Amino acid sequence: MSKIITENLNLWYGNFHALKDINARFQERRITAIIGPSGCGKSTLLRVFNRMNDLIEGVRTTGKVLIDATDILANNIDLVALRRKVGMVFQRPNPFPLSIYENIVFGERIHGGKSSRSKLDEIVETSLKRVFLWEELKDKLHKSALNLSLEQKQRLCIARLIAVKSNILLMDEPCSSLDPQATSRVEELMRELKNNYTIIIVTHNMQQAARVSDDTGFMLLGELVEFGRSEDIFTAPKDKRTEDYITGRYG
Amino acid sequence: MRKFKEFFLEKLIFICGLASILFVLLIFFFLLKEGLSVFKTVSPLKFIMGRNWYPISEPPQLGIFPLILGSFIVTIGAVVISVPVGVACAVYIAEIAPPKIKEILKAGIELLAAIPSVVLGFIGMVTLVPWVKHIFGLPTGLTALSGSIMLAFMAMPTIVSIAEDALYAIPKSYKEGALALGATHWQSIWRVLLPAASSGILAAVMLGIGRVIGETMAVMMITGNAAVIPHTLLVPVRTLTATIAAEMGEAVVGSQHYFALFAIGIVLFAISFAINVTADLFLHKDK
Repeated sequence: MSKIITENLNLWYGNFHALKDINARFQERRITAIIGPSGCGKSTLLRVFNRMNDLIEGVRTTGKVLIDATDILANNIDLVALRRKVGMVFQRPNPFPLSIYENIVFGERIHGGKSSRSKLDEIVETSLKRVFLWEELKDKLHKSALNLSLEQKQRLCIARLIAVKSNILLMDEPCSSLDPQATSRVEELMRELKNNYTIIIVTHNMQQAARVSDDTGFMLLGELVEFGRSEDIFTAPKDKRTEDYITGRYG
Repeated sequence: MRKFKEFFLEKLIFICGLASILFVLLIFFFLLKEGLSVFKTVSPLKFIMGRNWYPISEPPQLGIFPLILGSFIVTIGAVVISVPVGVACAVYIAEIAPPKIKEILKAGIELLAAIPSVVLGFIGMVTLVPWVKHIFGLPTGLTALSGSIMLAFMAMPTIVSIAEDALYAIPKSYKEGALALGATHWQSIWRVLLPAASSGILAAVMLGIGRVIGETMAVMMITGNAAVIPHTLLVPVRTLTATIAAEMGEAVVGSQHYFALFAIGIVLFAISFAINVTADLFLHKDK
């Protein structure tokens, strides 16, 4: 089933046409990778889905983006509810300068109002277990999250999203600051999470896209050149530009 | 010849660099030498805890407790007023204000810092003091409260500019992360940005306090200068600084009174030193 559908999506930064007529369907409970050279608009596209582009001045968007059949570009959309549903993992892990515990219950505190201690404890435990951090961290939940390793921080950021019950995870090069082993463990986590989440990952690492994704979209200069099943894109691309990119002729 | 010139210039600059340290040391030793003499006749405990300041009675009674409390109460009052307003102002400038208003506000705050304290003092004297007298129905408006309000104005520029720097220095990713989790703008400020900037904000508050405690002219003009132990904010008080400024001209050089004023100087020096060190610790905590 299509979770996110874009129809004739266009986006401008001032006069710069950053996204051109994007039409794509992102399937539920699958991992979709968006690949392409730097500056092709892949991060911009990702940031459309949780309206993070709104933070930048001079951004203009046209077209439709339907998430669960609701147009999220509409003016009257509830941004808080949208961002709760559509979580984002950033390129550099960005845990808040609070304790591990407070990082995870952050969402509950801002959305849920007053929650009982036992409910918060439970949220922390289940969220950390989902990202396989519970065993490592259960004895230092009240220590600062800033002292964790990069991989632990990135997992913590994912746990933070699990705690607010997001069902779409946007990942903007989530592994670019991790070493290869940590990367493969985070990829494993993504595969595990896709049973319950719709995941869209932006990456400039084609091997990663080929490894983890079910579907892949290739972008170039703001255009979505090709979109389809990953095995097709990586073995038999239809477009010459896609072929050139994945065979390493540019990028 | 050229080598000699290089050598000469280098040494000259070195001496200029040393000069500031030298002056601090000279002032410090002079202060100690003059101030400590008072303890030949009064014990330090009696000096600090003594409840009566009658420096020219015979024999003089040199207890600075009312003065310490005077400084303390005026400072607390000023902090209670200036910290919430100053931090809120910094948050507004750093996070909320549109660029144009931001520029205007920053310029306004710099101007506030540029007003000489004596000017603030006499403006307070002719406007604020009658106002305080009227509102609270007091015999005189020259009270600790008036002093606190005026000093709050003086502490504001320090607090605002340092707190604002601290807020600016926070990585953008914190705010993005909070917003991406569905936090509102206010929630991201209150729950993420302020805690993240807390050490810088504490430093701002400490430096603001330092500014308030050392201030002399304005407090002397509007606090009434009665050396009695204050029980509320609505009575005249006398601060440590105002005492020195008001009495140094009349004290006979070499008298007990004269030495006692220097000893007050030592107390002030110790207080502001402690405040500055604390502020410094907060500022460099993360590095």
